[in-house]
Amino acid sequence: MTKTPNSVTMDESAERIILDRGVQGLVGKSVARIEGPLKTSGRADYANDTKLDGAAYGFVLTSEISLGRIKAIDVAAARSAAGVLAVIVDHPLLPSDGSAGNASLKRVPRDLPEVDSYGQAIGIVVAESFEAARSAARLVRVDYDEREGRYDTTRHLEDVEHEPKGGLIPDIKRGDIDAVMASAPVTLDITYTTPHYFPAAMEPHATVATWTGDGVEIHSSLQLLKTARAMIAASLDLDLSKVRVLAPYVGGGFGGKTGTGPEVILAAIASKETGRPVKVALTRRQTAHLVHHRADTHQRIRIACDDEGHILGIGHNSIVSQKAGRSFIEPVSLGTLAMYKGEARSFTQSAVRLNIPVAGAVRAPGEAVGSLALETAMDELAERFGMDPIAFRKLNEPEKDPLRGSPFSTRRLVDCYDEGARRFGWDRRNPTPGEVRDGEWLVGMGMAAATRINLLQESHARVSLRLDGGALVETDMTDIGTGTYTILAQIAGEMLGLPIDRIEVRLGDTNLPPSSGSGGSFGAASSGSSVALACETIIAELARRMDVSPDQLVLKDGVATARNVQSSLVDLLDGDDIAAEGVIKPGKTARAYSQAAHGAQFAEVGVNAVTGEVRVRRMLAVFDCGRILNARTARNQAIGGMIWGISYALHEEAVVDKRTGAFVTRDLAEYHVPVSADVPAVEAYFIEDPDRHANPLGVKGIGELGNAGAGAAVTNAIYNACGVRVRDFPMTLDKILAGLGPV
Amino acid sequence: MNLFEYSRPEDPSTAAKAGSADGASYIAGGTNLVDLMKLGIARPTRLVDVNRLDLAKIEWRSDGVLRIGAAARNSNLAADPGVRARFPMLSRAILSGASGQIRNVASTAGNLLQRTRCPYFYDGVSPCNKREPGKGCSATDGFNRIHAILGATDACIATHPSDMAVALLALGATVVTLKADGQTGRIALDDLYRLPGDTPNIETNLKSGELITHVELAAPPSGARQIYRKVRDRASFAFALVSVGGIVAMENGRIASAALAFGGLAPKPWRDPEVEQLLVGQAPSTEAFEAAADCLLKDAKGRGDNSFKIPLVRRTLIACLRDLTIDGAEA
Repeated sequence: MTKTPNSVTMDESAERIILDRGVQGLVGKSVARIEGPLKTSGRADYANDTKLDGAAYGFVLTSEISLGRIKAIDVAAARSAAGVLAVIVDHPLLPSDGSAGNASLKRVPRDLPEVDSYGQAIGIVVAESFEAARSAARLVRVDYDEREGRYDTTRHLEDVEHEPKGGLIPDIKRGDIDAVMASAPVTLDITYTTPHYFPAAMEPHATVATWTGDGVEIHSSLQLLKTARAMIAASLDLDLSKVRVLAPYVGGGFGGKTGTGPEVILAAIASKETGRPVKVALTRRQTAHLVHHRADTHQRIRIACDDEGHILGIGHNSIVSQKAGRSFIEPVSLGTLAMYKGEARSFTQSAVRLNIPVAGAVRAPGEAVGSLALETAMDELAERFGMDPIAFRKLNEPEKDPLRGSPFSTRRLVDCYDEGARRFGWDRRNPTPGEVRDGEWLVGMGMAAATRINLLQESHARVSLRLDGGALVETDMTDIGTGTYTILAQIAGEMLGLPIDRIEVRLGDTNLPPSSGSGGSFGAASSGSSVALACETIIAELARRMDVSPDQLVLKDGVATARNVQSSLVDLLDGDDIAAEGVIKPGKTARAYSQAAHGAQFAEVGVNAVTGEVRVRRMLAVFDCGRILNARTARNQAIGGMIWGISYALHEEAVVDKRTGAFVTRDLAEYHVPVSADVPAVEAYFIEDPDRHANPLGVKGIGELGNAGAGAAVTNAIYNACGVRVRDFPMTLDKILAGLGPV
Repeated sequence: MNLFEYSRPEDPSTAAKAGSADGASYIAGGTNLVDLMKLGIARPTRLVDVNRLDLAKIEWRSDGVLRIGAAARNSNLAADPGVRARFPMLSRAILSGASGQIRNVASTAGNLLQRTRCPYFYDGVSPCNKREPGKGCSATDGFNRIHAILGATDACIATHPSDMAVALLALGATVVTLKADGQTGRIALDDLYRLPGDTPNIETNLKSGELITHVELAAPPSGARQIYRKVRDRASFAFALVSVGGIVAMENGRIASAALAFGGLAPKPWRDPEVEQLLVGQAPSTEAFEAAADCLLKDAKGRGDNSFKIPLVRRTLIACLRDLTIDGAEA
């Protein structure tokens, strides 16, 4: 039997954490990934592993200019090359580039083959093998009418678009920051810059498309299936019902798979044209231009203080780049809005329009790069006052949201500082830079605060209690390596009183109830709540059948106990499954309470006194992100986020050639992310404080929180080690070298 | 498709003949060549696989010379107990390059002949005199952070990326070859490589089909101390921004002999005899080391992004020379 959906809108705070009724003891434990053995033995099929009979292979043709018109494309040689099935360059639905900020990938206007960024898709070659397709792609000759474009943000800082269309947060001005800056006794006014960053997921961006009648089935590597399905339908002029998207396993997204890439649409077009399933995988080098990147930023931080260090005013005014006409504007000041006290507040995001590939959401949009600037500035100011960086932050810790005046749902930041300092041994830090040496290495410690906005998205799930005594969880949610399969099994097991091996979880298929998808660190809260709500309906039905109230019912190990009656769940099923749907929707608590996760990040680094090389020696963080569902996967996400912090601070830089608008650092040999040797002991701890205002589970997002502040903790430690302050990220050795003393 | 003939001869003379055919290329580990073929930058019409030529041995001749087979894997060479004991800088240099997986298949000759990592060479599209002679160089006024400050010309400022070659150069290695006509050739490693001049597409002095069979190393001066120091952007799996391979012998508190080679600075592993001569006979001092750095860098030319290499190599050289000459440290 199927019940009506149990739908909860978060207009009111949860009276109690829904999971607290469970006694199975699964939630919060360190539980290994239930799909782990499939992944470690190669049996989990990622998009590019999808095997379909008769599959052909597509290779995306890309532009070799940034701006101009395509005068002619000569495909004759490619068409006649061995193994080539089709060369498609003039299809009316041909997409151009990534989807960030776009509902559809259709070219506008469609009849003009314009190129407006380097490496843009201009067609596809389909062949019997990947190698044949790639080789034939090199035979395509394109004649361009090229125009001069704008590629360098720093050259156009005077020509910005204020409050650009499609900004994610509005400009906010309260009080008069200029006047406060002019009159305050202590002020800081510094501009920090961050480069373009690639998402750099390990798994290729790959799609296999196949048609059945007038419907298309897309196996792809995507984070948000509901969104992707809508984009694909719009891009192909199809009804939503004609599109099925499958992404059962995703090998990392980092924001780069939140949209739908042109290769997805090209695969579908190519499959339609050739009558074969078509597999398209981007090469690593193609992803530089075909997958969106995070925009570079110029961030002016202004902080005005009184003589004692109380912040009187705070400004975080940024200029970011974005392709002309595209709408995702990196929300740089997002993490600054409610972070510290200060009556005067100015937060603006402006855009420089460039002719480079589209920018989009990458790993903690806003906070990741915003915290590099803000938390470095806080370190600089603390030193100005001769104060400990933690004491300075505590002095400016707000009791309520300093912008909106609303209460924090939960904010245990001060506890994070204290526990972090104790665990890290912060009291051993020498506040004077350059005084601690270990052989050739100058050693320093740094810290930074972390914050990440907490989000909830509408999410649906179906849970079925089955005749075999197990349960099935179904939702189109994705697991992008974060542990979704496992936490949903834990939640269902906890609620229904079943061991984890009795729970089957099916994800990543748009035929299943639509979920939040993975992004913005909202996945666990959203999809987890829907699963718990579905279970609540099943529990109510079980209680009804035992003639008790749900509160009287205790479920454990497949047995229901109420008063002094016991029954196995199978017996209660009465010959039929009980299926129920749960729905969670965001509501008024999102506005009534200021919701964010918080943390304190600590780093110890060595700076080589000869070469300026930086090696992180250890990192530690304490996070306040509500209830923890799985100690193992939570830690895993937290330290993953922290490692990206090392990456932002020290390594990553997507360099644009200022003459051509092409990314230069296109592969992982030149686009550096940390390797194991760069990642020392990294520890993450949690202060568990369930947030009743956030969602019925009391959880908050984790992954992106780990990004926030981690980079600044590293660079603040570099300053403490060697006295060199670099405000232009990444902090590579060439920038440190100039500040070091003689050898 | 770039179709090619593939052969796997069993003896070097057959290989050298096959390798002298038009469009032929030797392949051992393939860690670089296969990448370049995938990118369409290398398009050999014949691949001659040298893995069956019995050239993987690492042998010590009775005269103390180390004879390294051209197909010896980087991992095996680095782990060889004799190499570790007598040429520690070679082990260290090899282990500082690439990753364990790559070193397990990469060969000695392949390491010497690997191509530059210049991104404009790799992108297959930008003007590049190395890839398409006469088209111009995109790096000279482009993003040139990893590029050369010595030995380059406006035609090409690409660097040679090998670590191993730097150590071998400091150790005075000789490359032994088999020519297509069956003659054996012997080339000092320094002479294997050509500077770009205006023909950066011609990178070595090997003749058509000339097959590297061995690399030979004479015993180092007794009591000499060795160092290989690599400076890079991350702790592992990154090419050298600057590297220094050095071997110095001391006598009565003075430098008796010095051999220094540098990576990351030039289109080839770089060695400057003047720098070494300047040091011989000197007592270790900051002044002497500074003078050596001045000499090394007298013709250095930074081009913007790579200008930091000038102070970086100066500092690194001074630190290395200190380590090589400090009193009381173990030889």
